[in-house]
Amino acid sequence: MKSIINYLKEVICGVWSLLKGMAVTGKYFFSPGQIVTQKYPNNRKSLVMMERFKGEVIMPHNEKNEHKCTGCGICEINCPNGSIEVISKMITTDDGKKKKAIDKHIYRLGMCTFCALCVKNCPSDALAFGQEFEHAVFNRALLIKVLNKPGSQLMKGVE
Amino acid sequence: MNEGKVFSLYDFTALTKWIDTGLHHAMSPFWAVITELLIIGVLILIFYALIGLFLVYAERKVCAFMQNRLGPNRVGPFGLFQTIADLLKLLFVELVPIKNADKFLFNLAPFIVIIASFMAIAAIPFAKGLHAIDLNIGVFYVMAVSAMGVIGILLAGWSSNNKYSLIGAMRSGAQIVSYELSVGLALITVVILAGSMQLSVIVEAQRDGWFIFKGHIPAFIAFILFLISSTAETNRGPFDLAEAESELTAGYHTEYSGIKFAFFFLAEFMNMFIVASIAATVFLGGWMPLHFGAWAAGFNHVMDFIPPFIWYIVKTFFVIWLMMWFKWTFPRLRIDQLLTLEWKYLLPFNLVNVLVMAFIVLMGWHF
Repeated sequence: MKSIINYLKEVICGVWSLLKGMAVTGKYFFSPGQIVTQKYPNNRKSLVMMERFKGEVIMPHNEKNEHKCTGCGICEINCPNGSIEVISKMITTDDGKKKKAIDKHIYRLGMCTFCALCVKNCPSDALAFGQEFEHAVFNRALLIKVLNKPGSQLMKGVE
Repeated sequence: MNEGKVFSLYDFTALTKWIDTGLHHAMSPFWAVITELLIIGVLILIFYALIGLFLVYAERKVCAFMQNRLGPNRVGPFGLFQTIADLLKLLFVELVPIKNADKFLFNLAPFIVIIASFMAIAAIPFAKGLHAIDLNIGVFYVMAVSAMGVIGILLAGWSSNNKYSLIGAMRSGAQIVSYELSVGLALITVVILAGSMQLSVIVEAQRDGWFIFKGHIPAFIAFILFLISSTAETNRGPFDLAEAESELTAGYHTEYSGIKFAFFFLAEFMNMFIVASIAATVFLGGWMPLHFGAWAAGFNHVMDFIPPFIWYIVKTFFVIWLMMWFKWTFPRLRIDQLLTLEWKYLLPFNLVNVLVMAFIVLMGWHF
C-alpha cells in the first residue's frame, strides 16, 4: 500500500514540476514585450549598446583636447599579445623643466583580444572601452590606430 | 428548423454527390472512379504541401516566442515566405550518393515515410461530407497506417551504412513499439464511450458535447495520455532521441540531402498534424462546433454559424500548439527514461483508465 502511495506521489510531483516549466515558457509566449532580439541593421541609427560592452580600446579626450596618458608604458607591458606600443618623447614644460610625454599611443585593433588588462591596469585611467563595433575594413593597415588625437596634451594635474 | 438550415449550408455532402453524379453521367464508371481518385489525390497533395510549409513556419515562430526571440522575420511580411525559400533551396541541393549504401532501400525509405502519413490523412474528417474514406474501423486504420512510417525510418537507418543512422533508427523502433500501446489504449477509452470506431460516427456522437467534457475525468486523463504518447510516436518534442543532434548528428536522416531529406522533414511535421487532428476529432469533437446540452440551445445555435472546417482547423492547431509547447519546454529524455515512462507510468495509468471508463459507461455516469 505504501509503495502505491509513493508511486502516485511521484507521478503528481513529476506532473507538477512539468507544469511549472510550462508556466515559464507559456508566460514568455504570451508576453511579446519581453523579446530581447534587436533588429540590428534596421535599428542602426537608434541602437544603444550596453555600457560594459567592449567594442575597442579608446583614449577619452576632454573638450580642450587633453588626455590623461602619462606615457608610463604599463599598458604596453601588460598587453599579452603586443597590440599596444607607446612611443614617448621629451618635452619642455612652461617653467623650463624637461618631461616625458607620449608622442603616439599605437593600438593594433586587429590583434586585440579585448582582455581589458590595459584598461584595468592604467594608473591614471587614461584608457577605456568604446562601444563602436563595426570595425570591418578592406585594408589591414587601417586597423592600426593612434589613440591620442593630433596636438593633444596631458591633462593638468595628472602625473 | 433553423439549425438544420445552417448545417445544410456548411454540408459538403450535396457538393460531392453532385460531382459524383456529374462524372458518372459524363463517362463510364471506371473512368469516373479514376477521375475522382485523381481529384482527391491532387487536393490532398496541395493541402499536405501547404500545411507542411505552414507548420515549419509556425514551429519556428512558436519556438522563438517561447524563447523571447523574434524568429524568422526577413523573407516577406513577418517572415511568412521563409519556408518557401527553404523549400526552393532544398530542391536545388545535390543528392549525395552514399558509398556502400543499399541503394534501393535508401531511395525507398523516404517514400514509405511520406506515404504512411499520406494514407492516414485520407481517413480524417475535415467537415461534414469532406471526408475521403469513411471506414467503419477509422480509428484502427489511422493508428495502423501512421505506425507504418517507422518501417521507413528503420530502412533509412539500416540502408545508410552509418552507425548514427542505425542507432537513431533502432531507438525510433523501440519508441514506436512501446508508445503505440499507449496511443491505442487512450483511443480505446474513447471508443468505449462512443461505441464505434467510425470517425464520422464518433464526431456525430459529440453533437451534444465533446467527449472530453462528456467523459469527464477518464476522458481528460486519456487526452493527456494520448498527447504524451502521440508526441513520442511522432519522434517529436522531448522524445526526439531518434535524431538527438548532440549525440547522433541527425539520427536516421544523417545521410539524406536535398528533396529526400525534405520528405523526412515534411513527413515529421505532417505526422504531428495527423495525430493532432486525431486528438481533435476524438476528444475535442472534430468539426463539431462547441455544443452543450439542450439547456444551452441559444449558445449552441450561435456556435453553429462558425463553419465546421474552421472549428476543425482551430482545434487541430490548438493541439499542435500544445505539442510545440512541450517540445520547447522539456529537455530530451534518455532511452531508458523513455521506456520507464511508458512501461512504468503511462501503461498502468492507461489500463486503469480504460477500466474506469468502461465502468462509468456501464453505470451511465457520463453526460
